[in-house]
Amino acid sequence: MLTILLDGIAYGMLLFILAVGLCVTLGLMNFINLAHGTFAMAGGYLTITLMQKAGVPFLLCLPAAFIFAAALGLVLERTLYRHLYDKTHLDQVLFSIGLVFISIAMVDYAYGANQQIVNLPDYLTGRFSFLGASIGVYRVFVIAICGLLVVSLQLALTMTRFGSRLRAAVDDGRVARGMGIDVTRIFAVTFAVGSGLAGLGGALGTGIISFDPTFPLKYMIYFLIVISVGGTTTITGPFLAAILLGVADVAGKYYVPAVGGFIIYTIMVVVLIVRPQGLFARAAAK
Amino acid sequence: MSNITSPSPEAMRARAVLLGRSRWGVAEIIFWILAVACYWLFPTKLSLLSEIAILGLVALSVDLVLGYAGIVTLGQGAFFGIGAYAAGLAAKFGMGTSLWSDPVIGLFIGGGVAAVIGFATSFLVLRGSDMTRLMVTLGVALIVDEVVNQMKWLTGGSDGLQGVLPSAVLGIWEFDLFGRVAFVYSLVVLFVLFVIARALVKSPFGLSLQAIKGNMLRTRAIGMPVNARLVAVYTVAAFYAGVAGALAAQTTQFASPDYVAFHRSADAMLMLVFGGAGHLYGGLLGSIIFRTMQDVLGNITPQYWQFWLGVTLVALVLFVRGGILGLLDNMLAAWRRKGGAS
Repeated sequence: MLTILLDGIAYGMLLFILAVGLCVTLGLMNFINLAHGTFAMAGGYLTITLMQKAGVPFLLCLPAAFIFAAALGLVLERTLYRHLYDKTHLDQVLFSIGLVFISIAMVDYAYGANQQIVNLPDYLTGRFSFLGASIGVYRVFVIAICGLLVVSLQLALTMTRFGSRLRAAVDDGRVARGMGIDVTRIFAVTFAVGSGLAGLGGALGTGIISFDPTFPLKYMIYFLIVISVGGTTTITGPFLAAILLGVADVAGKYYVPAVGGFIIYTIMVVVLIVRPQGLFARAAAK
Repeated sequence: MSNITSPSPEAMRARAVLLGRSRWGVAEIIFWILAVACYWLFPTKLSLLSEIAILGLVALSVDLVLGYAGIVTLGQGAFFGIGAYAAGLAAKFGMGTSLWSDPVIGLFIGGGVAAVIGFATSFLVLRGSDMTRLMVTLGVALIVDEVVNQMKWLTGGSDGLQGVLPSAVLGIWEFDLFGRVAFVYSLVVLFVLFVIARALVKSPFGLSLQAIKGNMLRTRAIGMPVNARLVAVYTVAAFYAGVAGALAAQTTQFASPDYVAFHRSADAMLMLVFGGAGHLYGGLLGSIIFRTMQDVLGNITPQYWQFWLGVTLVALVLFVRGGILGLLDNMLAAWRRKGGAS
């Protein structure tokens, strides 16, 4: 029971780290970026490559994945994404699906379609007993890192100058621009950080979820659920949604495997119908 | 159509405009003649051609929803799959002899079941933004996918539905190994449904859809029942996709969860965008190009196809607005301006 709960929380926290960048993209620039999973995949495959080919220790791979994905995000944002901010949602969807296809094909070409497995260092693989439940060390590790990230994200957003500028830009981009806030720059930086976090999530995820080239497509749906259920106006909304989704998914697979993803999709549709702004969103800003 | 007792000049002019829009052009007639000629031109590729016709029908149904009414949908594959399973099951339990396995009745069964579910879910897409609609249609498609996979006693689960045995078309033409009957049958169904769709979008009903796409708020303000129109077009599109699914199940004598998978919905939308949304021929042209590209590139390696599909999409969005037909439209307009035709 406790094992499942902890596994679910770890999985949910991972989903949150993977999806939080998308939340900002959607909330800030009203941009539907279905290619967000590509950055996560970049981080994951970088970790796999560094560990298997170069023998880099796992803990070093994590920041490397963050930097790599962030750089990739920055380059793509400056060269491609910024042309699409004022286009229709349909164009954005098509464009980002196009990117997903390209990335899938490239990874497939380079690594093959097989699932990639990472050998975690010994100190992260064991299990220990706690209150009668068997708990994986790695899950605790993931929860600790993700929890730290969540707290620092929340602090950065509420306490720092950059955070208040970002919130201003989300609430009303035009007025923020009028007040002399460089919204374009803020967005570029946020996009890069969001992509980097996705990359970090991908790197952390190598120990929990299996990586194959279809990853961006498979997890796109999960990201979208987190965003649409949690809403895009806060950090806590998607966070709670991600935890809920993680626990529901793990518990669902364990207790009622026959029903599978059915429950999650149904919940998502119902939430969207009842509260189109998301379950935890503030009253609509616009 | 309308009974105008004393037509005012404005009414006469509006009538002339409306009728002029529905006249058949030369290019259209050539298109259909070429489609028929394919039977003799590519006798070895007939199964691919009937697949193209079926995909064209799905793309046409997406066009009705997306191109004309402006609803972003990623769930048309659900109706395709529902139609395929409904018709497939009917044919299976008809055992190839009774009335249940008659292909034409099967089309109505597939389309009808899809339309009922389309009608039921259409109320879900009336609310919210593009993003919400995208998620809701996608969610519905995913639920259908799960249901099909789990109801093994009915659908055969991931093994697919075996033993779909449709009887001869109209009791005369048996489906043959070379796909001759399948191609002609698919093309005829496509043509009939196309003509109906054509009449639909050129009618005042179709114009009102385009008005809704243009500006929903203003359309509501001039007294148009926006929600009723959207429900209607969504249901019709679901019927179309269902018929396409039924065709697919009958011509391949098989239905699998692949028919309801996410990529069906995405492919249908991509085909439409390739050809040009908001043009009736967009979906048809798109499906031809899409499937041919897939066949040629996919034969080299599957990754090639996916890579170039991605590149094409990115390029389309960045450089070519409105797909191939949009491009042709622009070129034609530029040519007319240069020529100075009155």
